Amino acid sequence: MTTMTDNTAICIEARDLSLERDGRQLFSAINFQVLAGEILQVDGDNGAGKTSLLRILAGVSRLGYAGQLLTGGQPLAEVRSQYNENLLYIGHNSAVKTTLTAQENLAWSQSLAARQSIDVSSALAKVGLYGYEQVLCQNLSAGQQRRVALARLYLSSASVWILDEPFTAIDKRGVAQLEALFVEHVKGGGTLVLATHQALAIDYPVQTLVLGES
Amino acid sequence: MQMSYFHFYKTALRRELLMALRRLSEVANPLMFFVLVVALFPLGIGPDPKQLAQFAPGILWIVALLASLLATDGVFQSDYQDGSLEQMLISPMPLTLTVLAKVTTHWLLTGLPLTLISPLMALLLQLPTEGMIALMASLAIGTGVLSLLGAIGAGLTVGLKRGGVLVSLLILPLYIPVLIFGSGAVQAAVQGFAYQSHLAVLGGFLCIAVALAPFAISAGVRISVEN
Repeated sequence: MTTMTDNTAICIEARDLSLERDGRQLFSAINFQVLAGEILQVDGDNGAGKTSLLRILAGVSRLGYAGQLLTGGQPLAEVRSQYNENLLYIGHNSAVKTTLTAQENLAWSQSLAARQSIDVSSALAKVGLYGYEQVLCQNLSAGQQRRVALARLYLSSASVWILDEPFTAIDKRGVAQLEALFVEHVKGGGTLVLATHQALAIDYPVQTLVLGES
Repeated sequence: MQMSYFHFYKTALRRELLMALRRLSEVANPLMFFVLVVALFPLGIGPDPKQLAQFAPGILWIVALLASLLATDGVFQSDYQDGSLEQMLISPMPLTLTVLAKVTTHWLLTGLPLTLISPLMALLLQLPTEGMIALMASLAIGTGVLSLLGAIGAGLTVGLKRGGVLVSLLILPLYIPVLIFGSGAVQAAVQGFAYQSHLAVLGGFLCIAVALAPFAISAGVRISVEN
């Protein structure tokens, strides 16, 4: 760790990150850096700790892990509020309420992101939900519900995206569309961390972190 | 554009109410519980008006407390399961406001209807009319405190598989002062004494709870979600 890097450019850096869960070592002493404009793909067998790692990176889990997490060269815990303002995290459970419509779900996620209600219907149209704005999410398919969550990507101004299995239940065309969006995001100086088993079919360098390999 | 905290609270409250109204049958459970259980007492104790009237303040308050507790368990449950709670946790908006909106909804859907229907149930229990105002006022204030206290337990146990009994064990001791002053107010009013002091104490509880409970609830939710 003696390489001199411009610390301000480092978006997320993990040093000796270890996690033990229920007496099992999920991962130990992993190190990585994701800079602005980079993609980190987290891969690993089921139960290898992908979701746990992403939850730690997103700041959802703040307890139970060892090691250091830095953003912009500073410990994440110290700059958490700035970090959160700049973060978009879509978890394993996509936080879509089945008793709300697609539009209401998306509007709420915008409120949580501290943004005034903006027109969300264009974002819904982009994920192929045109005409479904007023449909309760319990009447949508699993893939469509996932798309409601992913529509946040089109509205987001956050530079750090942390996505847990974004392609689950998404059809081929949707996957291609998402991949294009990812490239656009990182080319614009964003950072992307995603957990997926699928190899990304994009023309852009991807860092890979495989968990559970010793 | 930035959103003001007050506007955010209103948005959160509107969302909670909207979700609640779309599953009304579930939401009406505490109220049904209150009505049914109170209606059983005259059958169990016997229809003697004097005896019923003597127990009425206690019965009404205990059943209202249990009805409120019944709904407490689910305050954070669905948000925990579908990942919404995670999003609230990492939002730049304060978690205290989001949980306060949830607690407000809980009160609007349990405490408030209980208060409104309580005179009817009081009649069923032969509570003298002098006690009505004290009953409604003490329930309105007291159930607010119960909602806030209950949410602390709900937040702490939301990550557990079977948190139901634990919530009751954690929260019931905290409910006791509210119960004592709540039913005390009604008893005092029935006996012709001043009941305002009881209400003042309840109001004091409410002030303290509104000021402090959101932080305790947020901390509990964080502990549940973060590991």
